[in-house]
Amino acid sequence: MTATWVRRFDATATPDEPEWLRPVRRAAIDRFAGTGFPAPRDEEWRFTPVAAITQAEFEPARPGSRVSRDAIAPFVFGHAEWPLLVFIDGRFDASLSMVPALPGGARAGSLAEAITAGDATLARHLGHHAPVESSGFTALNTAFIQDGAFVHVPAGVELAMPVHLVFVSSGETEGTVAQPRNLIVIEAAARASVVESYVTLAPGRRYFTNAVTEVVSGEGAWTEHTRIQRESDSAYHIGLTHVEQAAGSHYRSFTLAMGGAIARHNLHVRLNAPRIETLLYGLYLTRGDQLVDNHTAIHHDHPDCNSWEVYKGVMAGESRAVFNGKVLVRPEAQKTDAKQTNRNLLLSDGARVHTKPQLEIFADDVKCTHGATVGRLDDVALFYLRSRGIDAATARVLLTYAFAAEVVEEVALEPVRLELERLVRERLGAGD
Amino acid sequence: MLEIRGLRASAGGNEILRGIDLTVNAGEVHAIMGPNGSGKSTLAQVLAGHPAYEVTGGRVSYLGQDLLEMEPEERAQAGVFLAFQYPVEIPGVSNAYFLRAACNEIRKARGLEELDPMDFLDVLEEKLKVVEWGPEIMSRAVNSGFSGGEKKRNEILQMAVLEPRLAVLDETDSGLDIDALRIVAGGVNRLRRPDNATIVVTHYQRLLNYIVPDYVHVLSGGRIVRSGGKELALELEARGYDWVEAPAGVA
Ligand SMILES: Nc1ncnc2c1ncn2[C@@H]1O[C@H](COP(=O)(O)OP(=O)(O)OP(=O)(O)O)[C@@H](O)[C@H]1O
Ligand SMILES: [Mg+2]
Repeated sequence: MTATWVRRFDATATPDEPEWLRPVRRAAIDRFAGTGFPAPRDEEWRFTPVAAITQAEFEPARPGSRVSRDAIAPFVFGHAEWPLLVFIDGRFDASLSMVPALPGGARAGSLAEAITAGDATLARHLGHHAPVESSGFTALNTAFIQDGAFVHVPAGVELAMPVHLVFVSSGETEGTVAQPRNLIVIEAAARASVVESYVTLAPGRRYFTNAVTEVVSGEGAWTEHTRIQRESDSAYHIGLTHVEQAAGSHYRSFTLAMGGAIARHNLHVRLNAPRIETLLYGLYLTRGDQLVDNHTAIHHDHPDCNSWEVYKGVMAGESRAVFNGKVLVRPEAQKTDAKQTNRNLLLSDGARVHTKPQLEIFADDVKCTHGATVGRLDDVALFYLRSRGIDAATARVLLTYAFAAEVVEEVALEPVRLELERLVRERLGAGD
Repeated sequence: MLEIRGLRASAGGNEILRGIDLTVNAGEVHAIMGPNGSGKSTLAQVLAGHPAYEVTGGRVSYLGQDLLEMEPEERAQAGVFLAFQYPVEIPGVSNAYFLRAACNEIRKARGLEELDPMDFLDVLEEKLKVVEWGPEIMSRAVNSGFSGGEKKRNEILQMAVLEPRLAVLDETDSGLDIDALRIVAGGVNRLRRPDNATIVVTHYQRLLNYIVPDYVHVLSGGRIVRSGGKELALELEARGYDWVEAPAGVA
């Protein structure tokens, strides 16, 4: 409800809010007050019935939920030395987090603390990249910027270990909203891997997560960004990841979406200079009456850039999936090499997918391809496995897992890849 | 071991098998020859339980069980193995994983303990020798991007690992070079035991020099129109199928 949010905004003024942040938030709430949430007729949101979110009243989650280390343990993976930032209902929890001293002045910590500390990098970037025009949800998140993760890797610094950001919904009360806001700045020739996990302690709870992450990738930087969305099956999740890439940088993303009653992720990447490489991989697994929507947009504004995108989906039950992949190639972006693939596997008669590649190409010397497929398990392969003694149910799981695992293989960091494989196996009911 | 009586089967509304009678005893090798489209692969697939074929008549008993009542996986677990004329590519599933999964299903059915990946490697090492292969092939996805000959050899590797009682080899010799043919045939011979039986479907008498059959059958128009000893294959090679196609001279 738009009016409620505008009223809430007026209550958020604090005397110690830095001068640069107030106008950013003010512009966002003005935008939100003017346009509100996306309407059903909005083409960008056509298949995503956000009315369930926008017509409901969600109370901002109260800070201070007591969550034990044991409760978080199932969501933590990799090595104990990995920097781990835990957020409970959108607020940083220092006692559950583990942030070792990082090399070369690199930092990973609470956004709220960095705001209070008057961090200059933060002031330069926060709210300056993800446009509030992109949707009412982004505007709302920006208007209520408060906490989240701030990761900063200075020029030339390599982080050997990934930074894991775990956003936990405590589910202490029904009907709450958390709006984490994250900023990841990987400066020139730096190298880092960041994992965002969205998880819940209350699998049946209805709540709302509205997350925005801005990523700034400097010249020649290498970034691997993994997003694991495993919210409650009754939750709503709206997320925007907005990426800005400088010359010669390499950004690779992997998105696993398997939670939420309605879950939407927008991934927007701007290629702001020549010789950029962008790799977007995604996997969505839906069941029951879930709806998972992935919208990606790759903006090729300069020459000699490559983008490679593969999203795959497995839909069961009565679930719905949406994939929309925009690739925009401006006239000056000659020698663009862009390839997009979306492959979908329907496991039931009731499952549906809407897939829409959207290539808008205004340069003539480019190589741009796309392909979208929707299919079922291959009967011939199924029979082949059964003819070797593997029962039908196991054979189905094996083929389904093989379909899904192919895209997970693209994750560069092995421990992250192994965890993703474990999650996918667990979800699909595949054994070792 | 296998008794087929009056077997009829159709697919897509067409009757393909029109009354097959065939008896295979333990220890025997039977060769099935016949022109293209005569129903050889259909017979093989029906024995393996392919759901695309509808059995419209007759019965098949295998080791005293009603084979046609069994699911494809139950047949495999009971020791039936079909080497496909066109082995299927399974991207994303490694040969090693697939073979171990299959091997363990069959071991379970036989009341044997499942093999963990390490134990399986030992078994595999032995079996790879049968097809004169190194271990590299095991990390590749099942048949994915394999050459025609490699796919056929992979079928024999599977057969070696699964140790069937009844193996049906559907044109496993087609598309093999001379060396591969020798290896495949050698593999089949090494796996022969008094308590198992083999049916080889082939177009070439050449294979039967390596795998010497006890009986040769000619399938034509969905029926076995002639049966004989190994000399029949030589005669077919010399004279073609025309002279046997009328079902009059069934042996
Ligand atoms: N699934 C199917 N649906 C429809 N027709 C089929 C099917 N399978 C086989 N047939 C037809 O049945 C006939 C026999 O086919 P089959 O593959 O059994 O022949 P074959 O004897 O193995 O031939 P080849 O020597 O060429 O391998 C052919 O006419 C074929 O087109
Ligand atoms: Mg055939």
